[in-house]
Amino acid sequence: MTLVVEQLLNGVQLGVMLFLLAAGLTLVFGVMGIINLAHGSLYMIGAYAAAIVAERSGSTALALVAGLGAAAAFGVLVEIAVLRRLYARDHLDQVLATFALILFVNQATAMLFGRQPIFVAVPSLLQGSIEPIPGLTYPVFRIAVIVVGIVVAIGLYVLINKTRIGMLVRAGATHRQMVRALGVDVRLLFTAVFGLGALLAGLAGVMAGPILAVQVGMGEQILILTFVVMVIGGVGSVRGALLGALMVGIVDTLMRAFMPGLLRGLMAGADADALAAGLSSMGIYLLMAIVLLVRPRGLFPAHA
Amino acid sequence: MPERPSSVRRPAALAFCAVLAALTAFPFAAESIGQPALTSLMARILIYGIAAASLNLALGYGGLVSFGHAAFFGLGGYVAAVMAQAARADGLAFGILPGSDQLAIVIPVAMAAGGLLALAIGALSLRTSGVQFIMITLAFAQMLFYLFASLKAYGGDDGLTMRRRLELGQLDMRDDKTIYFLALAMAALVYLVLWRVVISRFGRALAGVRQNESRMQAIGIAPLPYKLVALTISGVGTAIAGALMANHMRFVSPDMLHWTKSGELMIMVILGGVGTLIGPFLGAATLVGLETVLGGVTENWPLYLGPILLAVVLYARGGLTGLLGAVLSRKLR
Repeated sequence: MTLVVEQLLNGVQLGVMLFLLAAGLTLVFGVMGIINLAHGSLYMIGAYAAAIVAERSGSTALALVAGLGAAAAFGVLVEIAVLRRLYARDHLDQVLATFALILFVNQATAMLFGRQPIFVAVPSLLQGSIEPIPGLTYPVFRIAVIVVGIVVAIGLYVLINKTRIGMLVRAGATHRQMVRALGVDVRLLFTAVFGLGALLAGLAGVMAGPILAVQVGMGEQILILTFVVMVIGGVGSVRGALLGALMVGIVDTLMRAFMPGLLRGLMAGADADALAAGLSSMGIYLLMAIVLLVRPRGLFPAHA
Repeated sequence: MPERPSSVRRPAALAFCAVLAALTAFPFAAESIGQPALTSLMARILIYGIAAASLNLALGYGGLVSFGHAAFFGLGGYVAAVMAQAARADGLAFGILPGSDQLAIVIPVAMAAGGLLALAIGALSLRTSGVQFIMITLAFAQMLFYLFASLKAYGGDDGLTMRRRLELGQLDMRDDKTIYFLALAMAALVYLVLWRVVISRFGRALAGVRQNESRMQAIGIAPLPYKLVALTISGVGTAIAGALMANHMRFVSPDMLHWTKSGELMIMVILGGVGTLIGPFLGAATLVGLETVLGGVTENWPLYLGPILLAVVLYARGGLTGLLGAVLSRKLR
């Protein structure tokens, strides 16, 4: 029982990370119509900036600011320098351009900081573990990640549903042409949305530091999962991104945790482990395929 | 694909023959300048060109942006390697097929496998469109990737080495020149087939479906069969390339099925020119060529390749074919 609860918490925590990335990606795609493969690079930049600053200064607050700032600044720079020229273009041009950005950013990062993974210490304030239910000790840092995710989700809900900017974002996601026609400064709105997405990706990167290793290519590993989440949830919907992220996080974690045990009852150990690894990696893709076969536009499509 | 008057066909056919002649002379030229390794590189470019050109039928002409073509590429490769393995061990390939080390048997089997897989994936995926189609094709390819990565019998993560290349008559397959001419012949064949498909009634209807689905429906053409057939032909062609690549490298691994391979093929098409016959081959040559050349100069080649690709997107609409066309038409004026 405690094992199930622990794995569920792990799943929620992975879901939260995916939500932070997918929320930005889905807004950018929904509002601006841009397929941004370089979203994972923003995550990596946030992670590296935080890791380096934490190592040099020892200050968690500074590291957080550096991670968020670097990701947001790079995001705005990319939007102004590259993406702005591609809004009117075909999706395929956007794919090629953002793929080119990935190549550049990854190699530049490898040259600056090396290919060795950087391990980040858990901030002293969040070290140790607590006992949420009897018999289960769980790291405070992971609980903190989940709490941050909940706070961000509520914050995004308020921002999108209760403020004027949010109103423009919602309008932009459903009727982009109309918002333009009504005389809204779309360029500014786009830059702001992209900056917000980059900020959230940076936040995910900062929090990923102490859990995963910070290394070149970490962005692409999670990028595909993020796209899966976006499509399951329905493109352009933050609510869908949240639900999709939790589903993907929990399904992936539970399958990885319990599949080997189930299969070992049926076949030899080594074969069972290999097959279980394959099957559990397949899980989320199977989930996506099923969701799309039943609801071809995802669970909560923004463009009705 | 803009309409062309039939008088343009003759120069196009002439150009095709000229390029074919030049490519036939290539290995001998490479040898005479003391760079025989170029032949193997060029064979790789031609094989990737076959895969990219096949993808382009779905992506460029049919508007079906598949992010899962690595599935067909990798399946073609695994068919070749597993059938060769089964032939050596006198066992069954995939538990149903007798093994074979004959190219003339393996290639058609790879084609059938690629076609069937494309038909199955298409039948399910074509319910969606847009970014959902991109992602669902990715999903199926990734499932195949993890399946092969977890099958210990076929080498799992480590892949499968072919002890010997497949045989074709009395040809010496250990010679890279043989491999090159094989790739060249297949590339020419695939090019001609795609050309016939594109200019056929089917090709025109497919272009119509891409441009305006509801209008095609209104004139009595159901879009789904056209899309499904285009995707299937595309899968068959990509599987040929996969089998040739396995035979060339004498090695297959799940890398051939990974989503980055789908991305690479897509990049070749976009770089060369979407919806053109020659574009994917140009794209394959440019991408593989740049990787090799820059990689020979500096280990930091992606740092330079990235901006080059970016410049092509920003300043050359329609990829390299578009760029060439613009330059040529300016000259002709």
